[in-house]
Amino acid sequence: MKQEKNYNQYVKGFTHEKYKYGFTTDVDSDIIDRGLSEDVVRLISRKKEEPDWLLDFRLQAYRHWLTLKMPVWAHLRIPKIDYQAISYYANPLKKKNGPKSLDEVDPELIKTFNKLGIPLEEQMSLGGVAVDAVMDSVSVKTTFKESLMEKGIIFCSISEAVREHPDLVKKYLGSVVGYRDNFFAALNSAVFSDGSFVYIPKGVRCPMELSTYFRINAQNTGQFERTLIIADDDAYVSYLEGCTAPMRDENQLHAAIVEIIVHDRAEVKYSTVQNWYPGNAEGKGGVYNFVTKRGHCLGESSKLSWTQVETGSAITWKYPSCILSGDNSTAEFYSVALTNNYQQADTGTKMIHLGKNTHSTIVSKGISAGKSENSYRGLVRVSKNAVNARNYSQCDSLLLGDKCGAHTFPYMDIHNDTAVVEHEATTSKISEEQILYCNQRGIKTEDAVGLIVNGYAKDVLNKLPMEFAVEAQKLLSVSLEGSIG
Amino acid sequence: MNIEQQYIDLYDQQKAVICKHSAEAMNLLRPDAFSHFKTLGFPTKKLEKYKYTDVSKAFEPNYGLNLNQLQFPVNPYEVFKCDVPNMSTALHFVVNDAFYTQSPTKAGLPEGVLFGSLKEMAKTHADIVKKYYGKLADTSKDGVTAFNTTFAEDGVLFYVPKNVIVEKPIQLVNILRSDVDLIANRRILIVMEDGSQARLLICDHTMDKVKFLATQVIEVFVGKNSVFDLYELEETDVNSVRISNLYLRQEADSNVLLNGMTLHNGSTRNMTQVTFAGEGAELNAYGMAIADKEERVDNNIFVDHAVPRCTSNQLFKYVLDDKSVGAFAGLVLVRPDAQHTNSKQTNRNLCNTSDAHMYTQPQLEIYADDVKCYHGATVGQLDDDALFYMRSRGISQTEARLLLMFAFVNDVIDTIRLDALKDRLHMLVEKRFRGNLGQCDNCSFCK
Repeated sequence: MKQEKNYNQYVKGFTHEKYKYGFTTDVDSDIIDRGLSEDVVRLISRKKEEPDWLLDFRLQAYRHWLTLKMPVWAHLRIPKIDYQAISYYANPLKKKNGPKSLDEVDPELIKTFNKLGIPLEEQMSLGGVAVDAVMDSVSVKTTFKESLMEKGIIFCSISEAVREHPDLVKKYLGSVVGYRDNFFAALNSAVFSDGSFVYIPKGVRCPMELSTYFRINAQNTGQFERTLIIADDDAYVSYLEGCTAPMRDENQLHAAIVEIIVHDRAEVKYSTVQNWYPGNAEGKGGVYNFVTKRGHCLGESSKLSWTQVETGSAITWKYPSCILSGDNSTAEFYSVALTNNYQQADTGTKMIHLGKNTHSTIVSKGISAGKSENSYRGLVRVSKNAVNARNYSQCDSLLLGDKCGAHTFPYMDIHNDTAVVEHEATTSKISEEQILYCNQRGIKTEDAVGLIVNGYAKDVLNKLPMEFAVEAQKLLSVSLEGSIG
Repeated sequence: MNIEQQYIDLYDQQKAVICKHSAEAMNLLRPDAFSHFKTLGFPTKKLEKYKYTDVSKAFEPNYGLNLNQLQFPVNPYEVFKCDVPNMSTALHFVVNDAFYTQSPTKAGLPEGVLFGSLKEMAKTHADIVKKYYGKLADTSKDGVTAFNTTFAEDGVLFYVPKNVIVEKPIQLVNILRSDVDLIANRRILIVMEDGSQARLLICDHTMDKVKFLATQVIEVFVGKNSVFDLYELEETDVNSVRISNLYLRQEADSNVLLNGMTLHNGSTRNMTQVTFAGEGAELNAYGMAIADKEERVDNNIFVDHAVPRCTSNQLFKYVLDDKSVGAFAGLVLVRPDAQHTNSKQTNRNLCNTSDAHMYTQPQLEIYADDVKCYHGATVGQLDDDALFYMRSRGISQTEARLLLMFAFVNDVIDTIRLDALKDRLHMLVEKRFRGNLGQCDNCSFCK
């Protein structure tokens, strides 16, 4: 009984854990007035010096967005969002010629990264990671670009790609997530600010992990990134995306789109650690994260792998999906979603099997604590022509505390007799026996819970690249283990 | 004109006729149900709960409604002898939506047990019917329930008083019989008082090749420490549509077994809604469907663990052939403080052709932490190794497949707590797999 009391006290302790990365950086931002209209869309396009075809794309999306209503099907309670009260563009003041070396980058910005534990210079020299740092909306610094260029790899901000490689952007932008896809996709297509563009040419194996750190900075600016990754035949790339956000009182809207195109025999590995501000212990503030992520395994024997660790955001609405249209293509989805306090998450994946002999794996681990709600929502569709499709899904939920919720909403639509589809889900809490076992061996309850949670999420954490695995483990600890981490 | 309008007009014109052929306890709910129906309309695929079956479409054809309760020339005993052999049951009939009152009374029901026409009982035992009728089936939540409550004139009441055990299983046969396309709105009210026990088998049959649409609302109240088994067996024609809503409320320490078997049908939509109102209750819900041609079977089950320490088990198995469509959606809700809930939900499906479609949606919604919840779903084919094993021992391909399919659905048949019925189903299922619909040997209807 005493054991339980300690444990409960400890669980309560998590709730009071404060957001470690809460701070803001004073960087001069070029922000346009709040509100959304056709003029704003035109203004954004003009500020970014975009060609006409892109402006048309934005306007079409905006006009379509006007006809849509905010969807309500997710298991989320979303306060009414006033889309006219948001500023749709913020640009850290541009230096005339842009920074050529680290010295030219705003020192405040560098400090921010240092606080986050991502020293740019260190990463440049030691980590071997090329960082395309997106601070608010405009990409301010791209590293290792030259060395990547030698191999023909294009890794730059999407605005730069629009200028330098318009054919590629024109060909692929909106090809996986069209602007008609959903409410937030339409919104993003209309006002997207910046993001990353990656192109790996035929037969090239990207020699380093590509990484972008997104950070919402200026107050009340929704951030609308657009990421486009193309892996041509036989190419390979591992892309990392990590997010931390400063403490805010007002909710911030984040509606991103990630599109990935995988050609013949190519492989893309996309990993995310998302740790935006989740709101305080009373559920005030926090980021709204409404993201559309989708990959298209276009070529035969192509492979796409999504790995995500979601610990932040007040509301998460995110379903990284795969369309498996190439024969023998493979898709994976590994996810850890942790919610605490009043956080809400509705996340999962869609696996659309179209080609022959396609395989998909889904492993989702939900952890709910405090008064949070954590839902898995997934779809596995096997179309009529997808001969020999195979899917395995596993969704586990761990409940820490008796005020939280864990939900599972899987959908399976099978239209082919050769398909083998399995889904399994369990819900449990940390058993007192497990805690007792650890205690007996001199491990404090606090450490034991951390140990068990990390063990529980291990299947997914193991799939992360080294650089992220450490950060992700730390994040789980920070989010859960009161004093540790 | 939208689909609902013809029914709204019909009710407006025929209100008096409907009420005249029914009873006061049932008429009392009609105005509210009608206004709910007008607001809700028939459910469409846009509703999450009705995603896989377009119910409103089913009501589109021009059906007749037997509002005047005209007697159809039929003697169920003559044409229909699908009695379960070796099982001594009390056999009763419902023809379309009316309880067949001319049946010779079979003795054997213990004192105080009521089984008979809902309309008649509403007159003779108005207190019981008034107390329970329409109390679970909320017309403001579901268009079909609202429609049924508006138009239902008769049905069945089964009432078991406190601490009474009905030893003999009761069999109720729903017969659809008509020369023109017909809608039948049935209503079944089952009340098991505390400490009672009973078993009920409901069979659905069609006798004519016309289009039938049967809506059915079953309300089941199961009191403390009661044990109740409900078996539903459907063997209807390809032209028939069945839309059934079952509402069940279980008090403390009660034990209920639901088993819905669809052997042959046109389009079936079964919705089951279970609420645990007392601690320690247990529910076992099973379902099985064997479908071919263009048959559709859609089972939707919602189990509400509103109180602690309840157990629910679900197992649904489908075998789909030809162009058939199967759907399963199950939601287990564990409310805050419903600690020590134990819930298991399994859906297994065999797709035998590339034109068969299966949709499955096993869902959990959990707000309590000290619970054990599991759900799983699979869609697949027969095991090639097992087929090969049997073939290498001289069993033909067809026979081997049959054996495996039979073994597959046997899990559900084995849950039946009536040996005679179990044997009977083994026979029916085997026949079904061999291509005959559930025919029996001695019945003139099946011949």
